[in-house]
Amino acid sequence: MSKEHDPGMSVIVKTVTRLTVGLILLYGIYIILHGHLTPGGGFAGGVIVALAFINLDLAFGGSISASIFSKTSTSVVEALGAIMLLSLGLIGLRYGGFLENFLHSDGNPGQLVSAGIIPLENIAISLKVGAGLFGIFLILIAIQKFESEKK
Amino acid sequence: MISASIVPLFVAIPLAGAFLIALFKRIKGMPDTLGVLASAGTFTISILFLLKMEIGQRIIYNVGNWGGFNEVLGKIVGIQLVTDGLTLFMLLIVNFVAFIVAVYSINYMTRYTQKWQFYCLFLLMLAGMNGVLITGDLFNLFVFVEIASLASYALVAFGTEKRELEASFKYAVMGGMASLVILLGVIFLYSYTGTLNMADMTGILAGSEQPVLMYLVFGLFMAGFGLKAAMVPFHAWLPDAHPSAPAPISAMLSGVLIKALGVYAIARVFFTVFGFPHQISIILMTLGAMSMGVGALVALRQWDMKRLLAYSSISQIGYIMLGLGIGTPLGILGALFHLFNHSIFKSLLFLDSGAVEYASGTRDMKQMGGFSRKLPVTSGSTLAGAMSLAGVPPFAGFWSKLVIILAAVQANHMKLAAWAVLMSIVTIAYVLKMTRFAFLGSLKDVFANIKEVPVFMRISLILLALVCIFGGMLLIPEVRDSFLSPAVRVLISGMRGGV
Amino acid sequence: MNAHLPYILCIILFCIGVYAIISKRNIIKIILGVVIAEYAVNLFLILVAYKVGGRSAIFSETQVILPESMVDPLPHALVLTSIVIGLATTAFLIALAIRLYGKYGTFDITRMRELRG
Repeated sequence: MSKEHDPGMSVIVKTVTRLTVGLILLYGIYIILHGHLTPGGGFAGGVIVALAFINLDLAFGGSISASIFSKTSTSVVEALGAIMLLSLGLIGLRYGGFLENFLHSDGNPGQLVSAGIIPLENIAISLKVGAGLFGIFLILIAIQKFESEKK
Repeated sequence: MISASIVPLFVAIPLAGAFLIALFKRIKGMPDTLGVLASAGTFTISILFLLKMEIGQRIIYNVGNWGGFNEVLGKIVGIQLVTDGLTLFMLLIVNFVAFIVAVYSINYMTRYTQKWQFYCLFLLMLAGMNGVLITGDLFNLFVFVEIASLASYALVAFGTEKRELEASFKYAVMGGMASLVILLGVIFLYSYTGTLNMADMTGILAGSEQPVLMYLVFGLFMAGFGLKAAMVPFHAWLPDAHPSAPAPISAMLSGVLIKALGVYAIARVFFTVFGFPHQISIILMTLGAMSMGVGALVALRQWDMKRLLAYSSISQIGYIMLGLGIGTPLGILGALFHLFNHSIFKSLLFLDSGAVEYASGTRDMKQMGGFSRKLPVTSGSTLAGAMSLAGVPPFAGFWSKLVIILAAVQANHMKLAAWAVLMSIVTIAYVLKMTRFAFLGSLKDVFANIKEVPVFMRISLILLALVCIFGGMLLIPEVRDSFLSPAVRVLISGMRGGV
Repeated sequence: MNAHLPYILCIILFCIGVYAIISKRNIIKIILGVVIAEYAVNLFLILVAYKVGGRSAIFSETQVILPESMVDPLPHALVLTSIVIGLATTAFLIALAIRLYGKYGTFDITRMRELRG
C-alpha cells in the first residue's frame, strides 16, 4: 500500500502521536486526581483526556477512537457523570445543604485523600466534560461525512 | 415556615430529569414520563412555596453551606439563592406554563423524530430559567441566562430545515452578543463594588456617590437584557426565531423565556440593585412605547399565523415595559399582572397555532377558513386567548391593560396613555384578522376530513383557556394579597430614585 | 495613559469582533467575530483581577505570602466558566454552519433568503 492512500497525516505526526498519546492520557488522569491540590481539576483534566482520543483520530485519519467509543456510549458516560455530580449534591441535602461536603475530613495541604467529596466531584465532572467534548467532536465529523456523501 | 434547603431543587429536578432522559432514551415512553414528571415536580414545589411562605418573607439559601463564613469575614462568601415575592410569582408562572407545555408535547412531538432530545433540551431550558429566577448572585445569573439561551438556540433549530437553521443562526449570534454585553456589565460592576452578590451590591451602590461609569453599565445591561426581552431596537431575532421553533417551544419562548431572561432580569437589576434611577424610567417608557407601536403595526400585515403572534409578543412586551417604566405601585402592579396574562394567553395561542398545524398541516391564514366546525376545542380556546389578547372586558387581558393605562393617566403621562389605547385598538384589529381568516368563513374542500387534536393537547388547551377567562380574579383583594402584591412590594422597596 | 492601555486594547479587540459580525458575509467569519469578541471580554475579566506586583493566590509552606500581595482569585474562576460557555456557543454555531452549508451549498449569508420581514 503506497503512502498516498494511507489515511491520516504524515509519518512524523503519526510517530509522535504514537509516542505521546499515552503520556497525554496519563497527564489528564493526574490532573483529575490532583484537582484539589494543584491547579486544574475535573474540567481541565477531562479536556486533556478527551484531547488524547481526538489526537489519535486526527493523526490516523478518523476511525480509531471513534470505533472504541460510539456516539451512544459517549452520551451514556456523559449522562452518568452528570447524574453522579448531581446525586453527590443531593446527598448533601441530608447533611445540611446542597453540595455540602459530607465526607468532611480534616484537609491536609498536599495530602491526596483528604478533601471529602471534592475528588469525587472532580471525577464526575471529568467524565461529563471528557465524554461531552469527545461527543461534540464525533458529531461534527459525523455531520461532515454525511454531507460529503450526499454530494 | 418552609425549609430553605428545598430551594436548589428548582434547578436540580429539571437537570436530573434531563440527564435521566439522556440515559434512558431507548425505553419507550420514558422521555415523556420523565419530562412531565420533572416539570410537575417543580410546579408542585412552587405551589408549596405559595402556600407556606409568609408574606414579605425572604428565604436565603447558601449553596454548599458557606453561610458560616459570612459572619466571620463580614461579607458574603459563595453563591446565595434568594426567594422573595417576585421570585415566587415568576416561578409559579414559568413552572405552570412548562408543565402545560410538557403535557401538550406528548402528542404534538410525535411528528418529529428524536423526541428524547426535545425533552432533554426542554428541561435544560427550564433549569436555566428557574436558576435565573432564584439566584441572588449576578455572575450566577449570567450563567443561568446562558444555559437557558443555549438550550433555546438548539430548540429553535430543532426541525433542521432551511428556515429553522437560518433563524437559529441569527438568534444564536445576536443572543451570544447580548450575553457578552451582559458579562461586560457584570465585570464593570464587580470591579467597582468588589462583590457579586446583589444584596451586597445594593448596599455599596446606595451608600456612595456613583461615577459616570454607571451610565455605561446601564447601557450595557439595557442592551443585553433588552435583546433577550426583544424590545424594539433589539427585536430583529424574535419574528424569525419564535415561529421557526416547534409549537410547544414557541409557546415557551414567547410565553416565559423572554420574560424570565428579559423582563425579570431588567426588573431585578434596575429596581433592586440600581434603585430605579430616573433615567431608566424614561428609557423604559420610551422603549416600551416604541415596542408597542412597531410590534402591533407590523403584526397587522402578517399572513403567517405564528409570525403574527410573534410580532404581537413584541407589542405586548412594550406594555409590560411601559408599566414598569411608570414606576408607581399601580404601574408595576399592571405590568406584573400583564406579564402573567401575556404568558398564559400567548402560550395558549401558540399552542393553538400548533394544534391547527397538527390538524391541517398549514399555518398560512390565506389557506385556512371555517375550522371552527371541525376543531371545536382548538377554535374555542383560541377565541378565549384572542379575546384576552385583544382586551375584551370579562377576559383577563382587559384588566391588566386597563390598570396600565390608568397608571399612565395617574402619573400624568397623557400621551403615553392615549398611545396605549390606540395600540390596543390595533391589537383588536389583528386579533380579529386572525380569528376571521382561520376559524370563521367557509371550509375549503382540502380540509373536509380534518380531525380534532389528540387528548393531551386538548387537556392543556382547555386548562390554559380557563386561566385566561378567570385570570381577572387575581385582582380581587384577597387573592391579590397573596400572589401579586408581594411581588410588587419587592420592586417598590428596591426603589431609591435618582443616581 | 500607560496603566489604561491594556483595557483600551481590550475594548478595541471587542470592537474588531463586532465589526466582523456586522460587516462580513461569510458565516465562518461571523463565527470568528463572535469568538474574538468573546475573548476580548474574557481578557478584560482577567485584567480586572490584576494588581501591580501581585502573585497567584496559593499559600505555601516554605515562604510567607500575605493575602494583600495576591491578585484577586475570583475572576480567574469566573473566566473559566465564561470560557466554557463560549466553547458551547462556538461548537453550536459551527454545527449550525456545517448544516447550513449542506442545505445551501454556500457560506454566503446574503444568499440565504428564506426569512424576510
